[in-house]
Amino acid sequence: MASLADPITAGDSFISRIDPRIRLVCAAAITLPVAVLNIIDPAWIALATGIAFVFLARITLSNLLKRLCIINLFILFLWLFIPFSQPGEFSFSIGPFNATHEGISLALLISIKSNAIVLILMSLMGTIAIQDLGPAMQQLKIPNKLCHILLFTYRYIFVIHQEYTTMCRAMQARGFKPKTNTHTYRSYAWLVGMLLIKSWDRAERVHGAMRCRGFQGRFYTLAEFNTGLKDYIFLAASLLLALGLIFTELAHRGLI
Amino acid sequence: MNHAIIDLKDITYAFPNRENALNGLTFHLHHDDKLGLFGPNGAGKTTMLHILMGLIKPQKGKVELFGKTMADGKAFDEARLRIGFLFQHSDDQLFCPTVLDDVTFGPLNQGLARDDALNRATQALEIVGLAGFEDRVPYRLSGGEKKLVALATVLAMKPEILVLDEPTTGLAPEAKDRLIEILKGLDMARLVVSHDPDFLAATTDRLLVMRDGCIRPGELKPHTHTHIHEEGDIPHQH
Repeated sequence: MASLADPITAGDSFISRIDPRIRLVCAAAITLPVAVLNIIDPAWIALATGIAFVFLARITLSNLLKRLCIINLFILFLWLFIPFSQPGEFSFSIGPFNATHEGISLALLISIKSNAIVLILMSLMGTIAIQDLGPAMQQLKIPNKLCHILLFTYRYIFVIHQEYTTMCRAMQARGFKPKTNTHTYRSYAWLVGMLLIKSWDRAERVHGAMRCRGFQGRFYTLAEFNTGLKDYIFLAASLLLALGLIFTELAHRGLI
Repeated sequence: MNHAIIDLKDITYAFPNRENALNGLTFHLHHDDKLGLFGPNGAGKTTMLHILMGLIKPQKGKVELFGKTMADGKAFDEARLRIGFLFQHSDDQLFCPTVLDDVTFGPLNQGLARDDALNRATQALEIVGLAGFEDRVPYRLSGGEKKLVALATVLAMKPEILVLDEPTTGLAPEAKDRLIEILKGLDMARLVVSHDPDFLAATTDRLLVMRDGCIRPGELKPHTHTHIHEEGDIPHQH
């Protein structure tokens, strides 16, 4: 959990000096077209872009691998099913299961797109300090409620995790050992239920504390952002890339 | 005439399916009062504070703050900006990504410009002895530091009254001593709710006791202490 709060970069970098608002716009502009790509060549370009961004952001290798491992663990499950469930030309078989070229291509496309999106988001959004992320979103006119949710999720996920750890320790101290039985399932259900109740109570208290300090639904921020020529060039390059991806996809679908 | 700045009249409040937590409670606090409120667990101390801040609504009674009747939420919104309320648990009060963001939160809500809010925050952090903590992450501070940051968030609003709910909960003796020193240096009206008689004696002028949902003045009662030391049976004085 502490890793969430630790910086993922090895210090100051080209990307970290870009205005956070520009980084947010670029992240959205590039990742949305990548998510809907149906052809593999532009997906490779997106992956290459993600790798380039990782270098420009100076993300440390350990942080990079840790996060990629988590994502690719899920993708691994896709590889267990998709190659064998897509109709098409026979490729190979494992026992009674026949894999197809189309299935393998689809699994590969999803893997490339997922990794590309993670790399781009990690480089562009993951490098924005949390105290700048909320204000940057607010200045981009993203709804206040979304900004608040993000801010509070980040702040209270640690508190909730602390509560969870305390409750787990209290259970262990009374001899609880998780097993595959109803007692374990029931105990965990109570633990989750209690976490929800405690979170609700805390949310009420936090809201009360905020009202006591004059909060009336709007956050004021200390953050000041400056946009320079370098930021605009980065934005233009990112938008061009996004347009290229969209154009390729539309051409592939025969819409242009 | 010295009007009460906090005036609770005949307040009654009950939680669902329970006996009255507050039972016709009446309480006044004037500009120069430094009051301590003592009482057993479940006596209704925190409930009273939440009613006075407008966080919960009593079933009966009247709340007057700064000479005005608190008829609705808007009246409370204005009054709250003049009362510094320190919550029992600092984690409830600190929610921003950095200490500086948290301390400037109140002043910015008061409508101060960015630079003025920053000045206020710097001053408040200096008062509590945490200058240099501006960029620290609140959730990573120690319990004592969190409490002091929470106090700074309140002081930065330049309140006319301090209302402290169990400020010594979970504090180590050193942190408690530090809090006492800070409070002694602040010349403003206050209401301190605590289980700690020594803390109340050090930070307030008068003690009130809450029992059965009502407040009454603390009574002077003679009592004896037993203590032990070497050769204690030889007649001596302390």
